[in-house]
Amino acid sequence: MLNAARCATTIVATLIVAVAPYTSRAEACEDLVLGAALSTTGIYASNGNNTKNGYEFAVKKINDGGGVKIGDHCYHFKIIYYDDESTPARAAQLIERLIDQDKVKFVLGPYSSPMTKAVLPVTEKYKTPVVQAEAASRSLFTQGYKYHFGTIATSEKYLAPVIDMAAEHAKTAGKDASGVKVAMIYQDDPFSLDVRQGVLDEIKKYKMRAVIDDRMPKDLNDITAFLTKVKALKPDVLLISGHEKGAVTAARQMGEHKIDVPLVGVTHCESAKLIADFPQVAEGFVCPTQWAESMKSAGPLFGSSSDYDKAIKAAYPEYKVVPYQTSSASAAILVWRDALERAQSLDPEKVRDALTKTDLETFWGHIKFAADGSNPSKDMVMRQIQGDKYKVIWPTKLAAATLIYPRDAHY
Amino acid sequence: MQQIASNLSVLMQAPIFNLGLLIDGVLIGAIFALAGYGLALVWGVMNVKNLAQGDFIMIGGYLTWLLGKHGIHPLFGVPVAFVVLWGIGNLIYRTVICKVISRDLFTSLLATFGIAIVIQQGLNLAFGPDTQTADAQLPTWDLANGLITVTTTRLIGFGLAAVLALAVILFMKGSRMGQAIRATAQDARAARVLGIDTEKVYAFTFSLNAAICGAAGALVAMVWNVQPFMGTTYSIRLFVVVTAAGFGNLPGVIAAGFGMGVFEQFGGFIFGAQFQQALIVVMLLLVLATRQLQQRRLRQAVQ
Amino acid sequence: MMTGSHQTLIYWLILLLGVAGPLVFPDYTNQMAVLWLMVVFALTWDILGGQMGYNSLGNIFFFGAGMYVAAIVQIGLFYDVGMYTSAARTTHIAFSNAQYFTGFALGTIAAGLASAVLAIGVGLIVFGLRGPYFAIGTLGVAVAAAELTASWEWVGAASGISLPVFPGEPEAQKLFFYFLLFGLAFALMLFLRWLYSTNFGLAINAIRDDEEKAEAMGLHTRRYKRTAWVITAFFLGIAGAVFGNMTGFIEPRDIAFPTTTFNIFMVLMVLLGGKGTLWGPVVGAVIFHLIKELTWTYFLGWQFITLGLLIIIILVYFQQGIVGWFEEKYPAWSGLEVAAKEAPPAAHNVAPLPQAKAAE
Repeated sequence: MLNAARCATTIVATLIVAVAPYTSRAEACEDLVLGAALSTTGIYASNGNNTKNGYEFAVKKINDGGGVKIGDHCYHFKIIYYDDESTPARAAQLIERLIDQDKVKFVLGPYSSPMTKAVLPVTEKYKTPVVQAEAASRSLFTQGYKYHFGTIATSEKYLAPVIDMAAEHAKTAGKDASGVKVAMIYQDDPFSLDVRQGVLDEIKKYKMRAVIDDRMPKDLNDITAFLTKVKALKPDVLLISGHEKGAVTAARQMGEHKIDVPLVGVTHCESAKLIADFPQVAEGFVCPTQWAESMKSAGPLFGSSSDYDKAIKAAYPEYKVVPYQTSSASAAILVWRDALERAQSLDPEKVRDALTKTDLETFWGHIKFAADGSNPSKDMVMRQIQGDKYKVIWPTKLAAATLIYPRDAHY
Repeated sequence: MQQIASNLSVLMQAPIFNLGLLIDGVLIGAIFALAGYGLALVWGVMNVKNLAQGDFIMIGGYLTWLLGKHGIHPLFGVPVAFVVLWGIGNLIYRTVICKVISRDLFTSLLATFGIAIVIQQGLNLAFGPDTQTADAQLPTWDLANGLITVTTTRLIGFGLAAVLALAVILFMKGSRMGQAIRATAQDARAARVLGIDTEKVYAFTFSLNAAICGAAGALVAMVWNVQPFMGTTYSIRLFVVVTAAGFGNLPGVIAAGFGMGVFEQFGGFIFGAQFQQALIVVMLLLVLATRQLQQRRLRQAVQ
Repeated sequence: MMTGSHQTLIYWLILLLGVAGPLVFPDYTNQMAVLWLMVVFALTWDILGGQMGYNSLGNIFFFGAGMYVAAIVQIGLFYDVGMYTSAARTTHIAFSNAQYFTGFALGTIAAGLASAVLAIGVGLIVFGLRGPYFAIGTLGVAVAAAELTASWEWVGAASGISLPVFPGEPEAQKLFFYFLLFGLAFALMLFLRWLYSTNFGLAINAIRDDEEKAEAMGLHTRRYKRTAWVITAFFLGIAGAVFGNMTGFIEPRDIAFPTTTFNIFMVLMVLLGGKGTLWGPVVGAVIFHLIKELTWTYFLGWQFITLGLLIIIILVYFQQGIVGWFEEKYPAWSGLEVAAKEAPPAAHNVAPLPQAKAAE
């Protein structure tokens, strides 16, 4: 009798032990590691931080919703971050470390084109796919890299629309577009110089003249000389592309020198907090953005752009205006989830192939990679600061307001 | 090339801009002259080439910015930074400088470089890597029909720099400590023999230099902006200023400071803003090359 | 006593370690390759700084120059450089295997030679300066190079140049560049050992000890200075070419002419190891690199403060460096001869006083 009872207990116990892992496995998801070298220090740190917030926000949402499902396993995203100190050489070393020592198989790109330009030779060498949403230079896509996927609109699209606006305005005023004078200043880095190339191509198209074409070196905190020339030559269009620092310096010194140019285009307005810090000067600035909360895009997980906007402002109350670097970052995580689930595998080659076939509609816009890894259907959205708010003025199907020309600056 | 030609033509067609650039250059040059004076002082008295000069300036700037954030007008940053940096300079002297002062010259250069790195990273960890300004919210003046703008901040900066420089010079000429400093600069051993406590003199000089940098930094925060890694650019500029003038030649240093400011403005205008950094360094090389040629006539090397 | 055979043994040991390294620790191949690069940096700096007494803060100029010359040759042999680096390029440009390797080989040789020629030119500018002025002048040259290259459109200005991709598996690439750098470092070690044992070594030491006297004694100081500079530049140029290709992307301010990192590291490594000694730079490079890698792994975020503090500690407490300290404590071990102490004159050796004569 006792023997039978003992036998039964043993059998039941064994069964429980055998079954238990299967029951608990359904609740615990494995970690799926993504590697990222981001700038937490150095000149790109503020956007490095914005990017990180975007990643973390998306990762949390995905993990809370069950994670990524491959086969009958579930995986939670986990991102390993290293600080690239806003130095390209450092970013490359860190990505090498992530792949070589931390054995990461999937990489998220760094912030800004110079960092990414340095990182891509490494990811290409190790055949590790990288999805980046923070580097727009066209030169990243002309090297024949097969493991690089960039979601954002490329940099030549940033300020070119401003030239179009100037040409349009000249036409409606009955003047020839070729009489428009353009003054511009760019930071000395691949992104800004590509923005410049895009502008130059547009200028050539309309046969306009670039009366001033200056550069801001990295450390420069003073563009008085450039602004003096602007006062002398009285251009019709003023363009500034120098990440946040350029925008801040420009706004401040334009206010000091009371620069009065009818049309002003500046990149990185939101992350430079121009409305908050320089409300009077920034009035009328035309700012390109990769994403606006009034965009009529919608997609899985986050819903529409305005849904995302509300959700992220709740999670990060310091964002009065959500910088597009954050939303682009969240979209990149969506791309990874989509590709991994379509590949149904953790093998980098299979995932890479899945990435090439991406055709995803998201809150951020449409993402479909071309053969060179870029996302050609993505366009910029141009907003103008009107009455201390960003109002979308281009493209027309999204526009909530019209361009105010000339700029109504009251110093 | 085309740009340079068009820039020159702008200057020639509208000579008023030359005046504008000159005024801007002089106003900015005042800050360079002030900080350059401090560098020359330390170099002449202690034979220490302080590569952390620009970083002391940044500390002063950040202090002023902090004051601004707490509602205190940034102009008070000048005396506050002066006092705080005095203390910091004293501390650095006692912990690091006095140990390397007797060793060879290159060592002091490297030691200050180490200090510079620590300061830069410290500021970065404490305040983050963003550029900051201390907004003095003072009006701008228009001259010549708006073609020349002079910001009151820069004028005040100029004024304060002049006052401070004057105070320091009078101090050096008049007071006992000032005499002691000059004596030590001429011959440290003889000064010791005559009873001057050279240790005290060195500590005082170094602290004074740090304080001057702090005040200059306060002005920089108001007139321009500050950022943890910007110190190196200032250090290079000041080295050019002091090398061009020759470190013993203190009035020359002041003149060179102004010259540097004006040169930067004109150079930036004519060649384009991206060459501003390069111009400063090329200027350094030209100055050194001229020095060598001068010395060659005497069959000497530039020591 | 460290005899010649001991020395040879050490060289064999290094050769063994160098070859076995990537086989034993394949994951750390790249870090070890950088270690050998640091050894090259330290040894080349020591030629001028330690052996000749000219503290240069601009050696990185030759490193970057070599990097860019190699890139120009590699690309320019097959395509137009200006077109390749232009921001307006929207097409992909491919290099065949043969093109890559011929380009790389010729580029590296060109890099070494071009740097050597540049050294002669730079020497004209800076050798009239002494001491701190020399340091600042050379620093000026390096910074000027960085700034001017950053404005030179033909080589991509500040956007840099993405170099042709290495054809081959990552494992092959790692080993390829590792052995190139190891070979360079080892060759340099042997070369310098020979060089310092010749009259050249004595001559540059003489310049270090007192240049005026050396000149007065008939030494053509300018010639020796120029030659030392040329040797330094040659090796650094080759190192630059190899490192540029290893990184895959070159850029003037941070990769080619990093004036605040590699440039200063070279000085620190030599100071740590011991200026003017044969093994000092090597020891210093190894220890410095280890410390840097460790702080980077465990103190990520604080690594630069640690570096700054390290600089200060080295300068204050380790003036003569590790090998220098070793040489002082155990001169016999280091193969140095110490002059025998003169015996104090004993009292009975004093010549007898004249009274003794009277006693005769």
